[in-house]
Amino acid sequence: MEPEPSAESSAEPSAVAENAGVGRRKLLAYLVAAPTLTVAVRVGADAWAPEAAAATPQATAEGAAPAALPDLLPDLGDVLILAAAPTSHLLTLELDEDGTARFGLPRAEVGQGLTTAVAMLIADELDLPLDKVRVRLDDARPELLFNQLTGSSNSIRALHRPVRAAAAAARARLVATAARQWGVDAADLTTRDGAVHASDGRTLGYGALAKSAAAPRTTEAPDVTLKAAGDQQVVGRPTNRIDARAIVTGRKEYALDLDVPGAKPAMVRRPPTVNGTVAQVHNAADVRAMPGVLDVVEIPTGVAVVAETFGQALAGKEALRVDWGAGTVDELSHDDIKAELRKAAPDFLPPLLVQHIDAEYDFAPVSHAPLETNSAVADVRDDRATVWTAAQSPIAARAAVAKAIGLPASRVDFHVVQAGGSFGRRLFFDAAVEAAQVSKAAGRPVRLMWSRVDDMRHGRMRPPTHHKLRVTHTRDKPLSLQHRVASVETDTGHGIGDALTAGLTELPAGNETFAQTMFRLSMRSPYDLGATAQTLTELPLKLHTGSWRSVYSGTARAAEEMFLDEVAEKLGADPVEFRRARLKNEAQRKVLDTAAADWGRELPEGVAQGVGFHEEYKSRVAFLVELDARDPKAPRVTRAVIAVDVGRAVNPRGVEAQMLGGLTDGIATALRAGLHFDKGLPLEGSYSQFHYARQKDSPQDVTVHVVESDAEPGGVGELGVPAAVAAIGNAYARATGTRARSFPILFDVDFEPFPR
Amino acid sequence: MPAQTFTVNGEQVTVDAPDDLPLLWVLRDLLGIRGPKYGCGIDVCKACTSHLDGEAVNPCAVPVSEAAGREVTTIEGLADGEKLHPVQEAWLEQDVAQCGYCQPGQIMAAVALLKRTKNPTDEEIDAIANVCRCGTYFRIREAIKSAADRMS
Repeated sequence: MEPEPSAESSAEPSAVAENAGVGRRKLLAYLVAAPTLTVAVRVGADAWAPEAAAATPQATAEGAAPAALPDLLPDLGDVLILAAAPTSHLLTLELDEDGTARFGLPRAEVGQGLTTAVAMLIADELDLPLDKVRVRLDDARPELLFNQLTGSSNSIRALHRPVRAAAAAARARLVATAARQWGVDAADLTTRDGAVHASDGRTLGYGALAKSAAAPRTTEAPDVTLKAAGDQQVVGRPTNRIDARAIVTGRKEYALDLDVPGAKPAMVRRPPTVNGTVAQVHNAADVRAMPGVLDVVEIPTGVAVVAETFGQALAGKEALRVDWGAGTVDELSHDDIKAELRKAAPDFLPPLLVQHIDAEYDFAPVSHAPLETNSAVADVRDDRATVWTAAQSPIAARAAVAKAIGLPASRVDFHVVQAGGSFGRRLFFDAAVEAAQVSKAAGRPVRLMWSRVDDMRHGRMRPPTHHKLRVTHTRDKPLSLQHRVASVETDTGHGIGDALTAGLTELPAGNETFAQTMFRLSMRSPYDLGATAQTLTELPLKLHTGSWRSVYSGTARAAEEMFLDEVAEKLGADPVEFRRARLKNEAQRKVLDTAAADWGRELPEGVAQGVGFHEEYKSRVAFLVELDARDPKAPRVTRAVIAVDVGRAVNPRGVEAQMLGGLTDGIATALRAGLHFDKGLPLEGSYSQFHYARQKDSPQDVTVHVVESDAEPGGVGELGVPAAVAAIGNAYARATGTRARSFPILFDVDFEPFPR
Repeated sequence: MPAQTFTVNGEQVTVDAPDDLPLLWVLRDLLGIRGPKYGCGIDVCKACTSHLDGEAVNPCAVPVSEAAGREVTTIEGLADGEKLHPVQEAWLEQDVAQCGYCQPGQIMAAVALLKRTKNPTDEEIDAIANVCRCGTYFRIREAIKSAADRMS
């Protein structure tokens, strides 16, 4: 489809109309005064109106929590998108004279492939080759308020429309400029490969037009129409990552790979228990005299050693003799937490005259354990500071850094660097704060890195949970589902709470806590199981928790999916048929049918299939796995078939990658990866002890079906985990005849812990 | 401080460093060669995998003195100028990387495996213990097989 740029802007608010089968939405765009063509976009609030179809009221059952929330509000991502709405217009696309387009992305790239997907959206709408699009991660931009938080799988959901609108407005402007130069009608011109073409064969490259297309003053852009799905050439095509070559040649730069002049390695000696404090350092002078050591400084979280190399900083920190003050949970151990959680999840009362099935599950804490440990570079001077780090919430991070070093936030430049993995970890900015504190105390720029042992023990973890589930039923039919979740409190002190408040001011939030609100926004049953009630009880233990590739679904929905298999079995039904009969719509059934196409195929004794289904972020997925448990002490997933419907998949190859990641996370957390909390500190200190899956645990046969759809793009990153965990748990039960209730299933302390 | 002399990616280098300083920090902090990544420091995550005289080693657990007079190859030294190694090509073809942090080590481990055996079995691929926290293992396996085809 060709754009239909009008020659002059009208007096009416300008808009970009979209024709993608989901109705017209107002997308205001501006031409910004700049040396070369620069377009900024804003999006009207109606773009976020929840889809009516998703607003399925949930019935309540015996013991249900007050049904305060917003059934008209589909999920957590919607609230964050709504919070982001008023500032979306600050997203800008610039065109350079060399014909490249540059876009500042107010989100983190942590491996989820967002920069590639955004570049594809721009390339497609602008008719520019993908390799001419540069996407950089924005510095902390406080004026963006809530539109710079990466979470809840919402980035593409929040940004795809404004990004496309900016690109479409830029293309229209280029066409109008060429039409004026050639003295022809814009409607007779076409665009492709980064150039405007006239029917007589004349062409003008975008680079050559960039200056003349620049707006002399900022004005609203004329109305344009976004491409219809059928006209998209790049979006929807499996595409490799734009940074793949940099990665495979070792040129990709993470925070500690940056060359910041004079920045010296720094590591921190940490207390023997979580949140412990420094009481006294005995041998700072001796450590200062060690080879390569430049300084020893105290910060609130420990004692830092600055050195010429990280090897020397590590040796120095290990040589420190420090007396420590108590932490926040010094007496607490794994079994106590399990018992307290079990007690915290309210028991069910015996139902009257109704048959019921009850089950319990629990999940151990899990380290985020991104391969790049917590790290940041900081250069703090008397009157200003500069920080470089991977951050999902840079605005809150910048404010925290400023506060920690006693500068106004306006004096802190906060640069966001691509992360070597996150899974929720980079919502927290403790490394940035520590680096700034060490830089200030040592009076020099530093590159601060956590050791792996510290990263696992003092870092963040998915909170442990306990689940009590009950289905009431007739002879063959469920009447109600209740699910009572008890969880150690999830720390959300990274700005998501503020974003929720902002998003919810326009919505009937009631008086729920943030946690209750997030729980209700993220938990939905995709099935008709009669009255359904899911409740959360939080245990306020001061561990370092954090959301871990979803807030609650990774455990809570996994528990429900495993419980469903139990219910099906008790009611004499096949697990796939049982699900199929209770899913609510065709899109759901399609992914289940696709994944389970050869459900029931013959397998050797001790090898079994399992399925799991999950729907969230306007997306849905089904996993079928085959698990070889002939040696029940060494179960291995041997095959996986995954079917996923994320609406319009911007990059199907990236969606596939995220499903693979979800599968591997499922294998790890269902079978072997967890943390044992022991007297105030996790025992696990490295990958030799925290058994994240490796190649030998990974299946040799994986198929991912990305279902074609023209629906609004849904979220992807966190989607796979609950279904993967459940499919594996269900396969394990069918293969061994024993239903695992505690995860990970194989969880012995099979190692000698590192010294504290 | 002792002078340490060895070859990195075809160039002879001499650095002043204590004998027991792990090679990883000599490469990263003294020579500015930052392709090899820190992930554990104790040879269990394998993110820093590089080659010493053509064999896979983990520089986080190799004292620099052990490299004396020998040939160190890091991910930066794998391609021939702009011409990528077939394993790198296979990594691009399979779009293996997600966050990318472990991939230099994964690639160097795969190159070393393919040096030992032209057509690695699944069991031999399983024996590569490099952690990928993004969980790209299936694509790594496919890329190694593709690279084996390219190199045969």
